Amino acid sequence: MLITCPYCGPRDVIEFTYQGDGNRERPQPASQDLDAWNAYVYDRLNPAGDHNEIWQHSGGCRAHLRVVRNTITHEILSTAFARGGHKSTENRAEGRS
Amino acid sequence: MAEYSAFSLLKNALTGNKDWKPAWRKPDPKASYDVIVIGGGGHGLSTAYYLAKEHGITNVAVLEKGWLGSGNVGRNTTAVRSNYLLPQNTRFYEHSMKLWENLSHDLNYNVMFSQRGCLNLAHTPAQLDDYARRGNAMRHLGVDAELMSVDQIKRLVPALDVSGSARFPVLGGLMQRRAGSARHDAVAWGYARGADRRGVDIIENCEVTGFLRDGGRIIGVSTTRGEIRAKKVALAVAGSTGRVMQLAGISHMPIESHVLQAFVSESLKPIIDTILTFGMGHFYISQSDKGGLVYGGDLDGYNSYAQRGSLPIVDEVMSEMLALFPGLARVRMLRSWGGLCDMTMDGSPIITTGPLPGMYLNCGWCYGGFKATPASGWCFAYTIAKDEPHEFNAPFTLDRFYRGLIIDDKGQGATPRLH
Repeated sequence: MLITCPYCGPRDVIEFTYQGDGNRERPQPASQDLDAWNAYVYDRLNPAGDHNEIWQHSGGCRAHLRVVRNTITHEILSTAFARGGHKSTENRAEGRS
Repeated sequence: MAEYSAFSLLKNALTGNKDWKPAWRKPDPKASYDVIVIGGGGHGLSTAYYLAKEHGITNVAVLEKGWLGSGNVGRNTTAVRSNYLLPQNTRFYEHSMKLWENLSHDLNYNVMFSQRGCLNLAHTPAQLDDYARRGNAMRHLGVDAELMSVDQIKRLVPALDVSGSARFPVLGGLMQRRAGSARHDAVAWGYARGADRRGVDIIENCEVTGFLRDGGRIIGVSTTRGEIRAKKVALAVAGSTGRVMQLAGISHMPIESHVLQAFVSESLKPIIDTILTFGMGHFYISQSDKGGLVYGGDLDGYNSYAQRGSLPIVDEVMSEMLALFPGLARVRMLRSWGGLCDMTMDGSPIITTGPLPGMYLNCGWCYGGFKATPASGWCFAYTIAKDEPHEFNAPFTLDRFYRGLIIDDKGQGATPRLH
């Protein structure tokens, strides 16, 4: 599997560290909303198909990336810098609860 | 009367083997059942078997999307052990071990359970201390555990590099002698036959495509072979849990599906007569009765439904094998494959009523599902029959994450790929 880092170009997957589901929203640090914290820490979308996820190019430029990858074919559909943290407006629009 | 015996073998041999019955029927689905079990793997089949045997519930269908046992029950590395640290896990897996010890007799089907032991190697003094602690925790709950010295290990596994110049020198190990392996296909077939003989319908090539509801209650399933109604619908679909729960309208679960690879080498003469695990990486190896080395390592490490793995893990697993057994460098790998693991946030399973009315859930086996097969079915059948968990599976709830009652044997936190 090759992941195209926006800085470094196409690199082997072993240079990257997987950080999981990029659909999660981290509550504000002072938040006492237990449901929101529980959802952030423990709940995952886990789709069979296109998955919005966070990777870090830990063996390269160390940038955090937002990658859309198909979990059935392992095809990588897009990569971009993960600006804005875990929050993703595109994916919320796709009907996430 | 036992259908398989020395007598029946002899009788059928003399009459041209014409009178054997198929191990299970191929029935068409009925319009309704008392219980539908989704998933015809080890756990689904054992659930149906114990529903019939222990609770007298025989109006049961097991729905399998492919052929029987085509998922993880045929894709694992067949290790059976109960060497856990935390009491919730130890009690459950020890119950499983006791069912394993009588399984061939119980099923009248030889599952080739071989208690050849499982030895975890320690490579640092801290790791050896940790193993002593785990061994004590196991013995405290009546499970056998034994700390082994390097000399003992050398005698047990002569091919292992125990020299001080090994890449990671061996300092000792924790042995569970009652651990072992079983023939995984026979486990699926034995449970299928046992359930079938008690009246359970095993329906293959029948994929669930949706759930039938009456208000909030699940009252059946729609499938590729039509609608089937049931008083109770039980899920035992392992790596496909996310997909099936989405059909029921539940989009988020404390589970990620990952791919785990396994490997078999060409057949060798007997070289390793136990199950061995490496302590400085993630690697385990045993030798099958045919002589092939059966081994595996870590997950590929990212969400996957592919049932096939990638090359970096192949490379890593092979290098770990050679760190332990330099003498295997020229052994050829025969086959490799991948299975889907439903990794939970704490590495422990879920066997519970709900989460919807009329639904029962069995999932989250991470990569330890095979050894749990008997107890998983036994506890799930109890939970379905009584509408409450048995004490062995009472800790394995779905809401334990929310309630702060996680069972994290490895202490890794909510990063499923590390469990």
